[in-house]
Amino acid sequence: MLKIKDLRVRFQTRNGPVDAVRGIDLTLDKGETLGIVGESGSGKSVTAFSVLRILDQGGEIVSGALDYGGMDLTKASERTLNDIRGREISMIFQNPRAALNPIRKVGHQIEDVLRQHAQATRQDARAKAIAALEEVQIKDAAARYHAYPFELSGGMCQRIVIALALACQPRLLIADEPTTGLDVTTQKTVMDLVQNLARDRQMGVILITHDLGLAGQYCDRLVVMKDGEIVEDGTPVQLGRSASHGYTQRLVAATPHPGKALHDLVVDGAAVPVPMPGDVLLSVQNVTKTYDGKSGPVHALQGVSLDLPQGGCLGLVGESGSGKSTLSSIIARLQDCTGGDILFEGASLCDVPAARFSSDPRRPLVQMVFQDATDSLNPRQTAADAISEPLRHLTKLSSSGRRDRVHELAEQVGLPAPLLTRLPHQLSGGQKARVGIARALAVNPKLLILDEPTAALDVSIQAIVLNLLADLRHRLNLTYLFVSHDLSVVQMLCDTVAVMRLGQLEEVGPTKQVLNAPRSPYTQSLLDAVPQPVV
Amino acid sequence: MSDATHTQSFAGHVGYVLRQNPITMLAFGMLGFLIFCAALGPALVSYDPLASGAEILQPPSWDHWFGTDHLGRDVFSRVIVATRLDMAISVGAVCLSFIAGSILGCAAGYWGGWLDAVISRGLDMIMAFPLFVLAMGIVAALGNTVENVIYATAVINTPFYARVVRAEVNIRRDAGFVQAAKLAGNSDLRIVALHIFPNALPPMMVQVSLNMGWAVLNAAGLSFIGLGVRPPTPEWGIMVAEGANYIISGEWWLAVFPGLWLMFAVFTFNLLGDGLRDIVDPRQRR
Repeated sequence: MLKIKDLRVRFQTRNGPVDAVRGIDLTLDKGETLGIVGESGSGKSVTAFSVLRILDQGGEIVSGALDYGGMDLTKASERTLNDIRGREISMIFQNPRAALNPIRKVGHQIEDVLRQHAQATRQDARAKAIAALEEVQIKDAAARYHAYPFELSGGMCQRIVIALALACQPRLLIADEPTTGLDVTTQKTVMDLVQNLARDRQMGVILITHDLGLAGQYCDRLVVMKDGEIVEDGTPVQLGRSASHGYTQRLVAATPHPGKALHDLVVDGAAVPVPMPGDVLLSVQNVTKTYDGKSGPVHALQGVSLDLPQGGCLGLVGESGSGKSTLSSIIARLQDCTGGDILFEGASLCDVPAARFSSDPRRPLVQMVFQDATDSLNPRQTAADAISEPLRHLTKLSSSGRRDRVHELAEQVGLPAPLLTRLPHQLSGGQKARVGIARALAVNPKLLILDEPTAALDVSIQAIVLNLLADLRHRLNLTYLFVSHDLSVVQMLCDTVAVMRLGQLEEVGPTKQVLNAPRSPYTQSLLDAVPQPVV
Repeated sequence: MSDATHTQSFAGHVGYVLRQNPITMLAFGMLGFLIFCAALGPALVSYDPLASGAEILQPPSWDHWFGTDHLGRDVFSRVIVATRLDMAISVGAVCLSFIAGSILGCAAGYWGGWLDAVISRGLDMIMAFPLFVLAMGIVAALGNTVENVIYATAVINTPFYARVVRAEVNIRRDAGFVQAAKLAGNSDLRIVALHIFPNALPPMMVQVSLNMGWAVLNAAGLSFIGLGVRPPTPEWGIMVAEGANYIISGEWWLAVFPGLWLMFAVFTFNLLGDGLRDIVDPRQRR
């Protein structure tokens, strides 16, 4: 159905031309699901964008042919392409909220597409739009027709985007990271939906993802891309069992799944000894948090109690809205709790309000590594300035003392010294994560809160950062509170797991017990949603 | 890409921005010329801008490039010498409104709540007046001096800065790097002044460049109607006002040349915006 021959795409940038795609060949048959797997910068999205000819400014197809049912898309006129986009070939974008117009009702947005491609008239557009919503299993579709995107959850928005993409019965669907940023249970329902619809309609699907586990579960065939080239292709089972290319092997190894140990993720990894847990370091006692919402009080936390021993690592797992971020920011003393107490080495941390805690002598004890490394670094500060920021305020080091400490920290987290003078946008995702970790370690905290520190990273970088964290924990005898939505990551790093849901603790226990024999049905559903390994 | 990039000095970055955009280069050239005139004004011209002469209302010639006015003064000398005064008024006014607007905007954007409500409504009150009439009223009430023209221009421009800063600070109030700064022991004041505010500079620079143009026009407008600077001091607004009487009788050069000069200055400042923004934005750096 689609044949890509020797496709080359080049971007003009400030640092000269960049070849994003360097001659790839691909074929997709009718009704087949093809997975394009690769890390950021591998050219997988650019390939998809060139099929629809919607490349960003500065990008052009240098050579190659895109043969779609006998027509070469590289030579098609803009008018022909407008007919094809949406009706023949359709796309699901990465961020569903950004893909929907925020000020139009979702029903109207579906009508727009239908009428644009003359699939509906003014009279029957509404009925067809509602039918399209029903097809993506939106309950009470007639009422949802009038909803605005902001009124819907992320998973719901992605269903609307899928309904939009499929409204005109396209023959080829391109899904660009359709579930990034969605909870693991939502990811499963969205992907199951796409799979069923594709099967019913004999639709070709190209699934672009960085997640080898996800691609392996839903695709008939996979291609692995790196630096604009295809390094390997085959069925998921072939790739999982006997990948021949070194990069694919590394990728397969770095993909976490239940039962894997941390050092399995990297080549030549060695097991790091886990520190023996000591006395209770942190004790969260019946903490509650209530916000004043527009429609009455919102109970973000409803009495949460936890104990974390010195040298331990607790995994705090939950989906978005479960209150795990609220709890971690209360423990970090960035927020006050409404009720309850936080004991640190037996003494309350809550006697000083959060607003004044930044100048408290106990500030260095609890530090935090943030979720989004890009967002957590001041765009105007160099890496060295960012790392020395806590030293400047929380220690009495001289400026040369600070400089030495910054270099020592950079070495500890494996950040090359020449990178210290760079600004955040000049660093890669993994390097920014290292800066964030070095900054949190600068003042020798006893407790480190890790708020999804690897959520925005590629799997191979995630593997390295997780191993770094395990290594630092052992060397510096740190205590971790690891917040995550990803059970397969948590099981490798943490010795205790706490599952949160709707502001309450659903289940707490040793990692092995919670993962193998969960007591709560909710934990079981979380475990079921984790993509199964390809082997 | 990360390994191929090199850290770039600030001067190198300025050079890059100028080379990349010829219009920015032109704007900085024009600004340089205005600064040159303002700094060396009296030394550049061959006639005393205040000395009257026998040759009155002469059209432009080799001796008098822009002609002479009704008192026989050389219009070119007066236009060039006036640059310093007009620039001083507009730069002074823009600096004051930049500072006041930044402080008010930061406070409203960071702390929010009742402080935000009080500041925002206060600024809305200023905006509710026709701004030029408000400036006239302020100068008339405070007294007819150059300082008061500066204060009046600053007051009417402050809301624009405050609004930009408030919005920029507000969207960054809960950013990760702000949380990290709190964990690093920064006080709220330090966070807002050293971490959040500098990130609001790029859009501010666009505002500054547009505002400089308005400030020049506003100062000239006030002196045109007889407020602020008084004759015989050379000032573009006064010169246009005085020259306007002679346009009907055919002596067009009295009003046209100061007017053109005023236009040149406003145009220069408006062109500067994009370049200034790119210079203060670290993300534009390699």
